[in-house]
Amino acid sequence: MVSKSRKKNIQRRIKGSFRVKAGLAQMLKGGVIMDVVNAEQAKIAEKAGAVSVMALERVPADIRKEGGVARMADPKKVKEIMKAVSIPVMAKVRIGHFVEAQVLEALKVDFIDESEVLTPADPKHHINKWEFKVPFVCGCTCLGEALRRINEGAAMIRTKGEAGTGNVIEAVRHMRMVNEEIAALKKMNSMQLKKKAKEYRVPVALVKETRKLGRLPVVNFAAGGIATPADAALMMQLGCDGVFVGSGIFKSSNPAKRARAIVEAVAHFRDAKVIARVSENLGEAMKGKEISELKEKLQERGW
Amino acid sequence: MLVGILAFQGGVIEHKQMLGVVGAKTVEIRTPRELRGIDALVFPGGESTHLSKELDESGLTLKIFRLIKKGLPVFGTCAGAILLSKKVDGKKGKFPFVDISIKRNAYGRQVESFEAKLKVSKLGWFPGVFIRAPIIESIGKKAEALAFFNGKPVLVRQKNVLVATFHPELSGNKRLHEFFLQNVALQ
Repeated sequence: MVSKSRKKNIQRRIKGSFRVKAGLAQMLKGGVIMDVVNAEQAKIAEKAGAVSVMALERVPADIRKEGGVARMADPKKVKEIMKAVSIPVMAKVRIGHFVEAQVLEALKVDFIDESEVLTPADPKHHINKWEFKVPFVCGCTCLGEALRRINEGAAMIRTKGEAGTGNVIEAVRHMRMVNEEIAALKKMNSMQLKKKAKEYRVPVALVKETRKLGRLPVVNFAAGGIATPADAALMMQLGCDGVFVGSGIFKSSNPAKRARAIVEAVAHFRDAKVIARVSENLGEAMKGKEISELKEKLQERGW
Repeated sequence: MLVGILAFQGGVIEHKQMLGVVGAKTVEIRTPRELRGIDALVFPGGESTHLSKELDESGLTLKIFRLIKKGLPVFGTCAGAILLSKKVDGKKGKFPFVDISIKRNAYGRQVESFEAKLKVSKLGWFPGVFIRAPIIESIGKKAEALAFFNGKPVLVRQKNVLVATFHPELSGNKRLHEFFLQNVALQ
């Protein structure tokens, strides 16, 4: 009888709602998410104060160098990293590859990055992210792209930047573009907003919501080319909610120290004295690449 | 009333907006200097390991510890509740002011995160948003549980400290913030 009455009183839970998915992104705000390729790097990142790690087989700089088709990481690698740390673990899938996403969801990864850093799997479609309980983050170069991804169910947005270059100019370009386009919405009348929604290929309600909020309706991080504490603080001062650092940490000469420095610079992004202190004597940053010399721009992947 | 919000990372803006709705002024806390003149303090959700580290590095830990001991009202949500628990995963907590033993990420990974209706004593129904939430595994005599989820306490008060394992700042409902200001802070 006891068990029967207990059963009656069980409180129900609703899993995978958009509030819960976007909520995790909200809890990551003001933090740094770091690319790692093994358990040892994941532990260094966690110790430095990363709020999450991105489990990868190769960092973007190596993907760029080695070429070939870049795919989702080996599940064994992802599991190894999930076991090593208590912070949330993210992993990447190819654009449009919903089965890779199903696999990562089955592994219980905490966040999926549908990423242009990997080779796209679908020439027209991104993943329908509403079908998943696990939240997604997607890259953008402009407002239209960000809103299309949100309309597909993304719970978090990041700038695309130009991954694996250690060159921040593209991330700055994308963040400024989003900011300018949101500012432009504010001057539009309802006819013009309708036209914009058509141009962006999203419902007008989403454009109106963005206009009302004066920012993207989900958390927006910086990514792609961030290599120094000052780069990270620059993106924060431009209005980003947090920062992804990919190759910038484990391609530098002192990863643990640089990781810690970038975390501190993001937590105190308006305090130049802190940024000066943590920038001191970090050793060599990753060498980096001039954008005009690139054979392929990863940011052009995605539709 | 001026409420400080620990602002290194996490749900800072969400608490700020909610406190604004219930009529409090807020200040973001990143250095000891900013603690001056606050009447209450909020520890937001975020990553507790990271928040704990930044508290130490910025020299806030000892200052905040003394203030809470002297009676400063504090509201901790999710990671904030972890910071205020007497025991965390079997070890001594950072600010052990609430006599509870808490386990981090105890419901499982993000896919297990959920929403649930909670019955809060004296307040009635409240929308609970649990994100990679901790579980309060045991509660001492000095602490009072104000809400439960399937038999486990999720909202606990001990004197000047209120902790929730869920995120009232994400719920779109101002009543717990109101409760904190009226029943914990103004007492």
